[in-house]
Amino acid sequence: MKREMTGAKMVVQALKDQGVDTVFGYPGGAVLPIYDEIFLQNDIRHILVRHEQGAVHAAEGYARSTGKPGVVLVTSGPGATNAVTGLTDALLDSIPLVVLTGQVPTFMIGSDAFQEADTVGITRPCTKHNWLVKETDKLAGTLHEAFHVATSGRPGPVLIDIPKDVQFATGTYSGPKPAASHYQPPVKGDMEEITELVAALETAKRPVFYTGGGVINSGPGASQLLRELVDATGIPVTSTLMGLGAYPASGENWLGMLGMHGLYEANMAMHDCDLLINIGARFDDRITGRIDAFSPKSLKAHIDIDPSSINKVIRVDIPIVGDVGHVLEDLLKVWKARGRKTNREALAKWQAKISEWRAINCLAYKPSEGTIKPQYALQRLEELTKGHDRYICTEVGQHQMWAAQFLGFEDPNRWMTSGGLGTMGYGFPASIGVQMAHPDALVINVAGEASWLMNMQELGTAAQYRLPVKQFILNNERLGMVRQWQELLHGERYSHSWSEALPDFVKLAEAFGAKGIICKDPKDLDDAIMEMINHDGPVVFDCLVEKHENCFPMIPSGKPHNEMLLGEAETKDAIQAGGAVLV
Amino acid sequence: MSALHIKKGSSKHSAYNLRPTFSDVQERHTLALLVENEPGVLARVIGLFSGRGYNIESLTVAEVDHTGHLSRITVVTTGTPQVIEQIKAQLGRIISVREVHDLTVEGPSVERELAILKVVSDGDKRVEALRLADIFRANVVDSTLESFVFEITGAPDKIDAFADLMRPLGLIEIARTGVAALLRGT
Repeated sequence: MKREMTGAKMVVQALKDQGVDTVFGYPGGAVLPIYDEIFLQNDIRHILVRHEQGAVHAAEGYARSTGKPGVVLVTSGPGATNAVTGLTDALLDSIPLVVLTGQVPTFMIGSDAFQEADTVGITRPCTKHNWLVKETDKLAGTLHEAFHVATSGRPGPVLIDIPKDVQFATGTYSGPKPAASHYQPPVKGDMEEITELVAALETAKRPVFYTGGGVINSGPGASQLLRELVDATGIPVTSTLMGLGAYPASGENWLGMLGMHGLYEANMAMHDCDLLINIGARFDDRITGRIDAFSPKSLKAHIDIDPSSINKVIRVDIPIVGDVGHVLEDLLKVWKARGRKTNREALAKWQAKISEWRAINCLAYKPSEGTIKPQYALQRLEELTKGHDRYICTEVGQHQMWAAQFLGFEDPNRWMTSGGLGTMGYGFPASIGVQMAHPDALVINVAGEASWLMNMQELGTAAQYRLPVKQFILNNERLGMVRQWQELLHGERYSHSWSEALPDFVKLAEAFGAKGIICKDPKDLDDAIMEMINHDGPVVFDCLVEKHENCFPMIPSGKPHNEMLLGEAETKDAIQAGGAVLV
Repeated sequence: MSALHIKKGSSKHSAYNLRPTFSDVQERHTLALLVENEPGVLARVIGLFSGRGYNIESLTVAEVDHTGHLSRITVVTTGTPQVIEQIKAQLGRIISVREVHDLTVEGPSVERELAILKVVSDGDKRVEALRLADIFRANVVDSTLESFVFEITGAPDKIDAFADLMRPLGLIEIARTGVAALLRGT
């Protein structure tokens, strides 16, 4: 259906036609016509953030917890440049976003006009694709194409830059026509390769599934198929930070997270396996450790929708380009048709070996009666919240790793963390986006005090929309992960890694009309967490924890999986010169 | 054959597999891309090369389909086999890139480049320049009493050879188009 309308109205109409219910944004001169149209309707809610970076992370939280694309609306110039960190974050974690930016009118582009920036130029390397729309007649088609590109293939952020005169001018609007797009990435995997993988799986003695964010991105159906495959074959499964929840933490074949701060049993299984099946992960450097010693004895299969992920870092023997859900469906079909075979005897031995590794209890830490250990805080948080309809966000650092280790995720889309980019300041705005999508759920942002301060202005947003997000801050008055590396690598010279002049978080919360809780005694912790959960409104929980706790286990940079550090005693000279240059 | 439809980096289905794992040998490949001719498309392609640290030895761009608004970009690049595979896969990811062809793998192909050279000299040198131009089948497209401008077409190494010969004979300026290439046969 074609209709004449202004560009600004087209934007709102296209969002409605794409099923958008929430937009995160911040107004400014170059998007005023669109804001006017938002004012004139009630179908789409607009959430006014306090900083454009917050808008993008909130949209990421919304997208990751719903599987739908997140939508952002910001103005030109600084509005757009403030969105860059969020765009890069979404690109590295493959999160579908549609970001709309205002631009100075077409006749002023290039004149260094007020609040002009070369937005498509700046965001070209940090979006999956972007567009500058110079004619109103092309706006509707571009908007629909943007949603198609953001959500098809490997998802990612896209951006549309809309000059102000294009918003004012009238043009022809038409509805979504996804089939019209040239961008149609294939989703089905090659049957020959899939059959080869099944054959390898039938005879493997020490197989392991290594799953990633691709399983989550493929939708809940993919997680279901993964569970069916894992439980039917009895093959152990580990996951990257991004893939937690695809297979339930309570599942009997669950190894826990792998990688730099992953579990001992998961990393040892990766190192010793004879068949490694990568499902929707990308051999990130946090996962592989030393490349030339990575899983040296295994045949490697890799299922990924992005052909560029194949053989980028690790050479694989069975590459399968396709969507995880589609490939797993075919894989299960073939495996069943061939008689549901596995090498049972060898698998039992393999599982016994894994049990030995598990018995090492790599997450053990020295308990304390006087101070709250961060691990203990998360164990109590897990215990007191696991029955709830719960969503967890994190910031970036030690607390993030402890959260991944100590919290159990039973379902996909319940865990929002900045994996690829490692963006401090991600978690708080993300929790706002999650809470918008799931108003009745318990949304907790596990944070460090330093990360949290990076986007603390969003307390205003949480208060304005009465979003009961719980900010669970593990406050060690340090940049904990930086401090840990300085201890291991830089002779305990703690250059600028402590947080001085910290605010009184309780007063800070109260200043915004939120609730503040402080807790420093382990004996009070349970009651304080319950108080946080039961408060109907945003809470800032200042949990004062042990200041010098290090995050273990740890694969020191430059080391392979089977050379993990399990505790303080092993850290001396653990990282050598070659590893020191690695991040 | 779109980049999205072929098994990029597939270990078993390409000659790439016959080479040593992650070989360090530098290879020169000529890639032909068919891209949507829209603002910024060239920036996307070259931004990929600079952003990911790949080499560009030569780059040629022009619209080849005026009705479909498609441009052909010919890139000559060097890298290890693994890097070349990555470059192709990464190019295939760009939304405006419709097709990626590796003419070096899909070949044999015809590669041509056009150059124009200004040679300023007199006496014997001037005669020698003209004589060499004849041997190389270069045309004189401008002449004064002191100078010639030659136009030469050929593979890049032929142009290199011609330029090297012209240098002692008074070559003062050269402009080259970069490589255009097509697969031989049908």
